Amino acid sequence: MITLFDFLALSGALFAISVAGIFLNRKNVILLLMCIELMLLAANFNFIAFSRYLNDPAGQIFVFFILTVAAAESAIGLAILVVLFRNHQSINVEDIDSMKG
Amino acid sequence: MAATIVFIVLAAVLIGAALGVITSRNPVHSALFLVLAFVTSAGLWLLLEAEFLALILVLVYVGAVMVLFLFVVMMLDINTATLRQGFVRYAPLGVVVAVIVLLEIGYVVWTQKLGVTFGTPVPHAATFSNTRELGNLIYTTYVYPFEIAAVILLVGIVAAISLTLRRRAGTRTQDPAKQVRVSAKRGRIRIVKMPTQGGQAE
Repeated sequence: MITLFDFLALSGALFAISVAGIFLNRKNVILLLMCIELMLLAANFNFIAFSRYLNDPAGQIFVFFILTVAAAESAIGLAILVVLFRNHQSINVEDIDSMKG
Repeated sequence: MAATIVFIVLAAVLIGAALGVITSRNPVHSALFLVLAFVTSAGLWLLLEAEFLALILVLVYVGAVMVLFLFVVMMLDINTATLRQGFVRYAPLGVVVAVIVLLEIGYVVWTQKLGVTFGTPVPHAATFSNTRELGNLIYTTYVYPFEIAAVILLVGIVAAISLTLRRRAGTRTQDPAKQVRVSAKRGRIRIVKMPTQGGQAE
């Protein structure tokens, strides 16, 4: 029998892996965006699991909106990335310091 | 029980794919591992009887967002060697933070200190429509958030296009405003009055 806490543990592990990914790939903006997507997936997992075990479809509505916002976020993030690469010829986070005083 | 086996297999694949995302040398491999993670999660969401969202995850995320990621990864000429400098140096810190996060979440999860008791969910009937259930909610209770989500998507479209649009010098494009403004007085065209030949106009 799969309990709610199995799903919560799974999404917790997923979240921890993506946090580690942000530390490991701290220079590559594309990898950072992918890790953020993984984090959102872990959050969505919690919403859906709670929605199922509380018999309340409102959690699924929330996931629907998170997916919408995440899609818009990644589209804008990638657009910024393309402009950044065009101007700097690099996506290294350490090269992005043109606003440094 | 079959569902438990499916859960264990999919959870193992999901964790493996997530580890692949963060440790791959090549960003293309990372993106493909992320696709695997999304598809596997869609399977797990089906197990949780969230059919509509599972399909939306595959359609929107795997079909659109990850293709966008792959396009960008392949379009940019990235030097992965310099980007991976410091990978080993920061690995211990990353692992330590991840373990702390895992322990914190694990403490709440395994001690089950949520203060709520959860029953076993009853499976829905075969005729139950998850899409209809969500649609009934979205278009009634959550109609204003739904409209705001639509506006956010519109803002995303406009922002992405206006950020990446660039005008190069030397391209030949039409300027419709200029074309409309053309008149005889400003000399672009000349209207010539000619005497008609003698016959009757039909």
